[in-house]
Amino acid sequence: MDALLHFLPQVWFVILALFLFLYVMLDGFDLGVGILSLTSSNEERRTLLMTSLGNIWDANETWLVLMGGGLFGAFPLAYGTILNALYIPIFIMIFGLIFRAVAFEFREQANNKIFWNFAFGIGSFLAALGQGFALGTVIQGIKVDAMGHFIGSTWDWLNWRNLLVALTLIQGYVLIGSTYLILKTEGELQNTHYRTAKLAGITTLLGAILITITTPIFYESLRDRLFSAPLVYIFAAIPILGMVLVWLLLQSLNQREESTPFIWTILIFLLSFIGLGLIVFPYIIPTEITIYQAAAAPSALVFMLIFIGFLIPVMLFYNIYNYVVFRGKVVNEGEGY
Amino acid sequence: MNLFSDTVTLSRMQFALTAIFHMLWPVLTTGMAIYLVVVEGLWLKTRNPNYYYHARFWTKLYVLNFGIGVASGLPMEFQFGTNWAPFSEAVGDFFGSILGFEGAMAFMLEAGFLGIMLFGWERVHPAIHYLATIMVAFGANLSTFWILVANSWMQTPSGGEMVNGKFVVNDYFQAILNPFMAKSVSHMFLATLETSLFVIGGISAWYIINQRHQAFFAHSLKIVLAVAIAVTPLQIYVGHLSAEQVYRYQPTKLAAMEAKWETSPAGQPADWSLLALPNEKREFNSWEITIPQGLGYVLEFKANLSEPVQGLKEWPVNERPKMVGLIYYSFRVMSGIGFFLAGLMVWSLLQWLMGNLSPETISQRKWLLRTWILAAPLGYIAVESGWIVRCVGRQPWTLYGEIRTVDAASHLPASNVLTSLICFAVIYSMLFIAALYFGSRIIRRGPKLDLPLPIPGLEDKVAMSTEQANFVKDQRPLEAQQ
Ligand code: HDD
Ligand code: HEM
Ligand code: HEM
Repeated sequence: MDALLHFLPQVWFVILALFLFLYVMLDGFDLGVGILSLTSSNEERRTLLMTSLGNIWDANETWLVLMGGGLFGAFPLAYGTILNALYIPIFIMIFGLIFRAVAFEFREQANNKIFWNFAFGIGSFLAALGQGFALGTVIQGIKVDAMGHFIGSTWDWLNWRNLLVALTLIQGYVLIGSTYLILKTEGELQNTHYRTAKLAGITTLLGAILITITTPIFYESLRDRLFSAPLVYIFAAIPILGMVLVWLLLQSLNQREESTPFIWTILIFLLSFIGLGLIVFPYIIPTEITIYQAAAAPSALVFMLIFIGFLIPVMLFYNIYNYVVFRGKVVNEGEGY
Repeated sequence: MNLFSDTVTLSRMQFALTAIFHMLWPVLTTGMAIYLVVVEGLWLKTRNPNYYYHARFWTKLYVLNFGIGVASGLPMEFQFGTNWAPFSEAVGDFFGSILGFEGAMAFMLEAGFLGIMLFGWERVHPAIHYLATIMVAFGANLSTFWILVANSWMQTPSGGEMVNGKFVVNDYFQAILNPFMAKSVSHMFLATLETSLFVIGGISAWYIINQRHQAFFAHSLKIVLAVAIAVTPLQIYVGHLSAEQVYRYQPTKLAAMEAKWETSPAGQPADWSLLALPNEKREFNSWEITIPQGLGYVLEFKANLSEPVQGLKEWPVNERPKMVGLIYYSFRVMSGIGFFLAGLMVWSLLQWLMGNLSPETISQRKWLLRTWILAAPLGYIAVESGWIVRCVGRQPWTLYGEIRTVDAASHLPASNVLTSLICFAVIYSMLFIAALYFGSRIIRRGPKLDLPLPIPGLEDKVAMSTEQANFVKDQRPLEAQQ
């Protein structure tokens, strides 16, 4: 029984981590393309950018909805406390996502596309910004009382360290967005994104280095966890592996390969994500609430595992199928549907 | 009490605004998805291009709604945590799981196949495309199912009990199969279908009356009519069953729906109020038009009540809903619309049987067509009114009988909620206007009846049948045809 009480929350931690990773990776390139569209000079290019997302943006965003529902069911305390504490960043994200989502449909219909272009770009930017601040704040820690309820101020999330995280995340999204576009476009447009990808690769790396240095300096509780064996070996390995991956990425960009940059970027995301997961685990709100404290009753976790767990392969299957159907370069096909 | 400094009130207003706004879009997408399955099926079966063009044309309106549905659904998913954290924590075991199921089973399915449904006509085999359309419709209706399971459980919490402020579930299936579930799901399912039918019908009537593609749109009008014959009366019946379950499980809500202050004892007839002006301060109706002995017939189809119907005065003020007038009139608006739509359906059916709806003559039935156009927005109004009855009538409880709304709200600075509420109000108003504008533009542009057909080998047939689609030509002057 005791083993079960530990095992089930761990399973759900991994499942939610999977959902979050899929979201960050997939909507990451979505949002990245959105942010990049702000720098696009002409209408035709922008149309191509949006066409490259037309069939998948909704599915990608749904991983976030799934992650929200899963968190609600599996760790109700964390769902309530985190969202309550992050009221402002969450709404920044939500309003960003609203603008983005409607821009797809409205832009298609509008004669004057300027406003919706802007809504698409700014929406993507705001969504990424909100997510970055939220991520930073979760690492920083949330003030809670003995019951685990939020007691901090609504502005706790606003400081330069979280801004750094947010800016780095935005760079990361731009990076994955531009490597996605390398995969999906050709000619002049593709050239542009080789350049952006290189730039974004370097700025993301800089941000990551700064975060790696500042986190242990400023967050005492995390520092203790980081520098104790055996975690310390893993954490020493991650930056080194990260450097290698970034180097491989830049190499592939220099050699103008088409699909490998995207793959290296995904691996960079995965690596950072694993690092983050290891810092957080077994907490869900570092270093106040563990996954065991926040977890729903074991019966609820089993119930959800039956209905959601077994659907994960199915969901992955048809999502992958969707990508297979629409593989290859995007072309402007005139009217969408 | 100052409205703008009370977090709970502001959070309630925000939830109401976002829910009411969100509701506008799924209503059409869930119902219309079924219509799209039907026309695509007919296209595959009969190979009549008309059906293909129906699928393509209505899909345009469909996506427009879908996009806003997704955009406005996102805040719903997160608001339980941001604004109702204590509630989320207390009921997460069940309520959260259900929202999780909705994501995994319904939203993902819809979203995963939407791309293929919209852009896949030329990329995948017709059978796979049809499968995608079916999956989108199935996903949307599953989402109705799960969200109504969650909401019905808030109305009649079952399958467990409150222990130390947390709802502990003993039996998940009993919680899913809570007393309200079956009828509420059916009522909502029919509501989405009925609303979509009358939207499709109304738009078709508009084209016909304007003499654009009459034959083409007489098609959709008849499909709609054939389904509405079953749906409209059924909805009245299921609505009646809903009222019955409210009578049984939520007597405070029933009393508010009927603006009933005094209790009527069992074994006797009681008056049914048709119209009234409830006065909450003095706890009576300032004026009232009643139907003598009507209440027994409304609730049980017989004159005498078999159980007492309690009046609002039976409960202390803090245990019964406020805004009685809103609940009372919302209920009347909804049921009034239910009867109106059923009546319109009967009228149209008679005309059809008399042979007045043939493509050549249909555009002369001006009054019938005008009434259909008028009926297009009524479904929406009924749906919103129904939800107001349901959610406002549940007050002062969030989880009926267990968790009060005041205890369910997050402790947030009022200024935060006020700011987000204003942002929602502004953005949603903009989106609403934009949606109306772009929606009417899609309609004004009309269907494209010369798209190439997606199935190779059918080209020669096309030439013939496209003509057939146009056989009653657009009769307006050329300039007006764009
Ligand atoms: C008629 C049934 C119905 C009702 C009562 C609601 N919804 Fe909804 N919702 C849908 C039917 C729907 C839908 C038809 O399934 C949508 C519209 C477009 C879409 O993608 O799914 C949707 C979209 C949608 C999304 C976006 C899904 C995505 O990204 O694909 C979320 C997160 C929610 N809803 C959540 C909610 C919540 C928390 C509700 C309760 C207050 C709610 N909905 C009421
Ligand atoms: C004579 C006809 C009708 C009657 C007697 C009726 C009755 C009811 C009742 C009693 C409720 C409240 C249930 C609760 O609070 O738990 C309700 C809710 C609702 N009604 Fe109706 N209704 C009718 C027609 C309609 C129509 C025509 C529509 C829309 C097209 C509609 C849409 C809804 C919706 C969306 C709800 C809320 C969700 C639900 O309970 O399923 N109703 N109805
Ligand atoms: C089916 C899913 C739904 C769920 C789970 C749900 C849940 C809730 C919750 C948690 C609240 C806030 C707490 C409270 O006031 O008790 C609420 C209030 C409210 N909801 Fe619903 N709701 C749903 C659908 C809807 C829809 C579709 C509408 C409108 C079209 C609606 C209209 C309202 C209104 C008007 C309030 C405010 C009531 C008041 O505070 O007086 N709800 N609902």
